[in-house]
Amino acid sequence: MAGSILGNRVLRKEDPKFLTSGGKYIEDLNDEPLFAGALHVTYVRSTVAHARITRIDLSECKLAPGVVAAFTAQDLGLEEEPAAYNPGAKRAHLAIGKVRWVGELVAAVVTERADQGEDAIERAIVEYEVLEPLIDLEQSMNSATHIYEGCGSNIVMGTVEMGMPDNTGDELFKDCEVVVKGRFMNQRVAPCPLEARGSAAVWVDGRLHQWISTQHAQGVRAEVVKANKVDAEKVRIITPDVGGGFGAKISAYSEELLLGNIAKHVGKPVRWRETRSESMVGLGHGRAQLQYVTIGGTRAGRVTAYQLNAIQDSGGWVDVGTVLAPFMTRPMSQGVYDIEKVECRTTSVVTNTTPIVAYRGAGRPEATAAIERAMDLFAAEIGKDPAEVRRMNLIPKFSEPHKTRIGHTYDVGDYSAALDKAMAIAKYSEARAEQAERRKRGDKVQLGIGVSVYVEITGGVDPMQEHAKINVLPNGRAVVFTGTSPHGQGHVTSWAMIASSETGISIEDIDVVWGDTDLVPNGGGTMGSRSLQQGGAAVQKVSIEIVDQAKKLAAQLLEANENDVVLDKSNGAFHVAGTPSISKSWSEVAASADAKSGLTQEGMFVANSATFPFGAHIAIVEVDTETGKVKHRRHIACDDAGRVVNPLILDGQIHGGIAQGTAQALLEEFRYDDDGNPITTNFADYTFISAVELPSIEVVHMETPTFVNPLGAKGIGESGTIGSTPAVQSAVIDALLPLGVRHIDMPTTPERVWSAISTASA
Amino acid sequence: MKVSITVNGKEHHSDVEPRTLLVHYIREVLGLTGTNVGCDSSSCGACTIHMNGEAVKSCTILAVQADGAKLTTIEGLAKDGVMHPMQTAFMENHGLQCGYCTPGMVMAAIGLLNENPKPTEEQVRVGLEGNLCRCTGYHNIVKSVLAAAGSK
Repeated sequence: MAGSILGNRVLRKEDPKFLTSGGKYIEDLNDEPLFAGALHVTYVRSTVAHARITRIDLSECKLAPGVVAAFTAQDLGLEEEPAAYNPGAKRAHLAIGKVRWVGELVAAVVTERADQGEDAIERAIVEYEVLEPLIDLEQSMNSATHIYEGCGSNIVMGTVEMGMPDNTGDELFKDCEVVVKGRFMNQRVAPCPLEARGSAAVWVDGRLHQWISTQHAQGVRAEVVKANKVDAEKVRIITPDVGGGFGAKISAYSEELLLGNIAKHVGKPVRWRETRSESMVGLGHGRAQLQYVTIGGTRAGRVTAYQLNAIQDSGGWVDVGTVLAPFMTRPMSQGVYDIEKVECRTTSVVTNTTPIVAYRGAGRPEATAAIERAMDLFAAEIGKDPAEVRRMNLIPKFSEPHKTRIGHTYDVGDYSAALDKAMAIAKYSEARAEQAERRKRGDKVQLGIGVSVYVEITGGVDPMQEHAKINVLPNGRAVVFTGTSPHGQGHVTSWAMIASSETGISIEDIDVVWGDTDLVPNGGGTMGSRSLQQGGAAVQKVSIEIVDQAKKLAAQLLEANENDVVLDKSNGAFHVAGTPSISKSWSEVAASADAKSGLTQEGMFVANSATFPFGAHIAIVEVDTETGKVKHRRHIACDDAGRVVNPLILDGQIHGGIAQGTAQALLEEFRYDDDGNPITTNFADYTFISAVELPSIEVVHMETPTFVNPLGAKGIGESGTIGSTPAVQSAVIDALLPLGVRHIDMPTTPERVWSAISTASA
Repeated sequence: MKVSITVNGKEHHSDVEPRTLLVHYIREVLGLTGTNVGCDSSSCGACTIHMNGEAVKSCTILAVQADGAKLTTIEGLAKDGVMHPMQTAFMENHGLQCGYCTPGMVMAAIGLLNENPKPTEEQVRVGLEGNLCRCTGYHNIVKSVLAAAGSK
């Protein structure tokens, strides 16, 4: 795109505010007039994992200082409602009769000040008749105790139950010379956006205005409408700055969905803000998938059969996590490989734990980890280099849609090129030589090299479309309205770049508006790496169309033929071709359309199809064989997201994704004791990854444009996580291969690594 | 209890409860909301400010302990509309995404360079261990701090 701003490293327009006065997050909105006199809501949460509630007594609680009201489900008129993904599972936003995980909401307390609520909930009395806690996935799957009696089972969704073919077991591998099996636990993790959740609800003349820290205001509006039993036009959702989401802030939660009801009961605005320890059990978790894999092929290294049996932990509610296994993990289970026979069965199971939702990658990191670990097991079994085995089995380069055996259609791919690039920057053979030297010397600190090649699906959730509007004002400035919802992804800058590239209006003169449903009623939010390829494409579409519209108006002003009018994008001026000295500015054209509101163009970009970004990651780690401590030394990432709009933002997305993938591989796990008590409810216990545990990332660019949208862009928000997790995990295991270690479940903590070494050496 | 605290060059006289944390005083009493609260265990550093020139986590200090102290928050860094070199470095190196950890991170980074003006990459990483970020993977934060150190 010669001459275009697109593809350039443009600094973010949003940064000066964040750097000088800080963002305006929900807790910072002290000047909002509608919050005047707001009361604070604090929730009483279940302290047991699985129990019948025998008594709730809030009488003492109501006497605590500052308490205005306290509510049970009954007080608020709540009823149990069926889960969208399995109507047999029913619950209410405050527990009725039963609790199903530690942290589930039992009652709501309203106080004058926020700190009074924390004291008051201590006085709430809730008596429980404890039931068998079902924390372990397989135990729950086979238990006669049912978490949701209406489901008749703890299995709440499954590919076989939905009519997809079952796995055929060992029969699939009867022609294989080599067959290897593995059991991998892709552990439960906590998304941990640095801003915990918060929300405020105010009724104004029968209309609910709700502020919420979310990734998808329009989706939240539908949930709030349902929760408050009002018409859609009676709800307005406003998104302030959002301090990270990572998938966990896509849907609204009970804490937020109750606020309208509570505000109505107390007749005043209400605000709610969770503490971090509440957030660790209240905000949805991610991953939590148990995987049984079998891989088979020839001794020469050709993989001919692969089978995945994935058991997905849904947690204590049939939430989004339930559907990720069948609809995200299964379609991507074949990965980048040309394998003759592929099977994948998934089974989603409820347990007495925090519900599982989407978390950066959402089902694809699990698919990639399963097949990448399987490839390593296969390579180790036949004694070949894992990169070489991968290369032997990659789907060859394709530029026409490629249908996989599991039944998905990838857009474009060049997997071996990505692997080559990553290996070249990693100096792969040199690293292997150094590894061999250390092994020969019997060094205490061994080197491990992990390779992963991945393909993922982005923008793949229906409806695959996005809305945009552009308004050029009579003063010449433009406002872009988008249905995406940035919370760190830099849409203000990228959308301004796209609009500027078509209109010639400078990016300084373009504002971007999102997240207020009165201003942007339609939108799919920011999730699933969809924003640029659908939201950005929509901005491009309306920008092109407004130029066409403007040319017609400019033609009238210039008294010329419309077809003779051109737009000089270098200065945003319209003139007759060949006569640049007589021109009309955007300001003049917009004013001629309407002296007050200027010129507007609105539209929808329909993608109709997902895109399939791909790449290769190489991780090089050091493992201290005496202590089990791992040091991540180098991380090389070649991620192909198609055409790049802003490489600055692209790299940032890759870095962040890799940090979260590395965190899962090395450090982070949300854990429970056998009774279902969470034991990692703060950042210290959870071992949130810090700068010390990460190296600088070596990003290798590769651009294979997609034909799915005119920008040629694919998603990049989640690739880093998907590619990095198995690369880092495999690197740790690779360091210990000579000891006979073949697998260590994530997180590969010093304790686990040390135990694996001890067991292998024994 | 009566306290007198100078924040960003302006002296404030307030009557605070003994249990009020300094971060709550800054945010709620003074209305300076740039300083954020990200955790409740002093782990994340989003609340980092400068107290008498030293970077501190304002969630671990009581407002009464800051009586007589001189504080600087993110709002007090830019002078006459010109950003502090660390703020500029974060902007030029894309050292922030969602922005939530940013004020604390910038204050901690300045504190780090005050103690060690020419740190190595490893020293920057160790120096920022107490400030958590979920978006950037720290890569561009480290780069920003090294760039700011180079520009000094």
